[in-house]
Amino acid sequence: MAALLTLKGITKRFDGGVEALGAVDLRVEAGEFVSLVGPSGCGKSTALRVVAGLLAPTSGEVTWPEGKPEIGFVFQEPTLMPWADALGNARLPLDLKGVARGEAEARAMRALARVGLHGFERAFPRALSGGMKMRVSIARALAAAPKLLLMDEPFAALDELTRAALNDDLLTLAREDGLTVIFVTHSVYESTYLSDRVVVMTPRPGRVAADIALSPPKLRDAGYRLTPEFAEAAGRVSAALRAAMEAG
Amino acid sequence: MNRALRIATPLALGIAVLAAWEFLVRHYYVPTIVLPPPSAIWAAFVGNFASLMASLWTTLSVTLVAMAAAFLGGVALAVVFSQSRLAETALYPYAVVLQVTPVIAIAPLILIWVGFDRIDLVLVIIAWMIAFFPVLANTTLGLKSADHNLIDLFRLYGASRWQILTRLQMPTALPYLLGAMRVSGGLALIGVVTAEMVAGSGAATGLGWRIIEAGNRLEIAKMFAALALLSVLGIAIFFALSLLEWALLHRWHESAVKKQG
Repeated sequence: MAALLTLKGITKRFDGGVEALGAVDLRVEAGEFVSLVGPSGCGKSTALRVVAGLLAPTSGEVTWPEGKPEIGFVFQEPTLMPWADALGNARLPLDLKGVARGEAEARAMRALARVGLHGFERAFPRALSGGMKMRVSIARALAAAPKLLLMDEPFAALDELTRAALNDDLLTLAREDGLTVIFVTHSVYESTYLSDRVVVMTPRPGRVAADIALSPPKLRDAGYRLTPEFAEAAGRVSAALRAAMEAG
Repeated sequence: MNRALRIATPLALGIAVLAAWEFLVRHYYVPTIVLPPPSAIWAAFVGNFASLMASLWTTLSVTLVAMAAAFLGGVALAVVFSQSRLAETALYPYAVVLQVTPVIAIAPLILIWVGFDRIDLVLVIIAWMIAFFPVLANTTLGLKSADHNLIDLFRLYGASRWQILTRLQMPTALPYLLGAMRVSGGLALIGVVTAEMVAGSGAATGLGWRIIEAGNRLEIAKMFAALALLSVLGIAIFFALSLLEWALLHRWHESAVKKQG
């Protein structure tokens, strides 16, 4: 497979002198679902922002062999505009890009329907539950038809059942669209369930400590979480994470 | 407490106080020149209805112009501040100086510069000087309070500074601005009345001047009538702005949720 992006020797030192990222090298294939796992403050979010182009690295470079694709970003918080309804939020990327009003509306409606929010187009964020707000946030990212989806601990603040449902829906959406996903989390189980590959990072300054290829079944459901294969995979990720923490 | 009771309780208290006032003044033969009874104040109101209404209109229109100027000036300057750190650093201290200098002390100077023949402009300038600062300070804060992740998201989708300003920063600042306008509405009225009193000598014809004039003539009942009208005006401005705030925010803002619950 062709690389969608490569990070070469990325470091990031913030103005206060905090070193967030050590030299990070990472290659992500098109269509891959990659999780970044590591302790709090290990620079996972920083790495994601560098990939998105929201932060300039102190050194190193991000390269896009086939050109920089359309990128969607989902934050830990839903990060919705409270003054706009679900539809207004979902169509934001299209509005900013100057897509014609009617088309933007139609595409945002479709994105909302895909995340299971048909009928909630006119609801304001304050009337929606935490899980539904996160669905709007995902719909907003999908509305712009991205090739690469960057997610920064998107489900960390949600309850277990909501989280599991969103994990399954995310996998379906990613498969349908052939998305490449880089998913930041500190949950071993979430990363194991979702990913084709788990990249474990060291404590600050974050470096790649382990790069674990998994071979999850194409179709996963709650039953997969109970299989020996899942337990074995989660065990590998967990061990790598413990080793990384001790090394750091 | 239900809605009817919330209106009826203060109303009943007000009527009781007025009745006691009327009774005590009559019973103890308090001279009208010291404290007129409510009935005399009402009579003065009816007797001077035309001139009081003309004064009310003058004060109201000048106050509205001053509020509009405070709104435009405050928002425009806040936008400049949000776009240019240099402009903010350079100008903000002077905005504070304008705010902390007692306006009544500057009023005579403004009067001399602008002139008695343009008294309405004098009133507007003085009222604007005290009404604009809350708008500037709050709107500046509001424009800077936009969610950082949303700013990042706007940038990710290639938004221009103009798009970030109009689609993100301004809606974020709206509740701050509306809160400031409620304060500024009251301040503008105070500014206008203060300025009318300073101007004196019949150049200004608003309610502030009516009070001075009635005081000079020892028409105490008329003074009270003008004072009551000023209160009514202040309350009306406050309610109008509260209504505007509700109309613009109730669908999405947290402040409106709390009022419902």
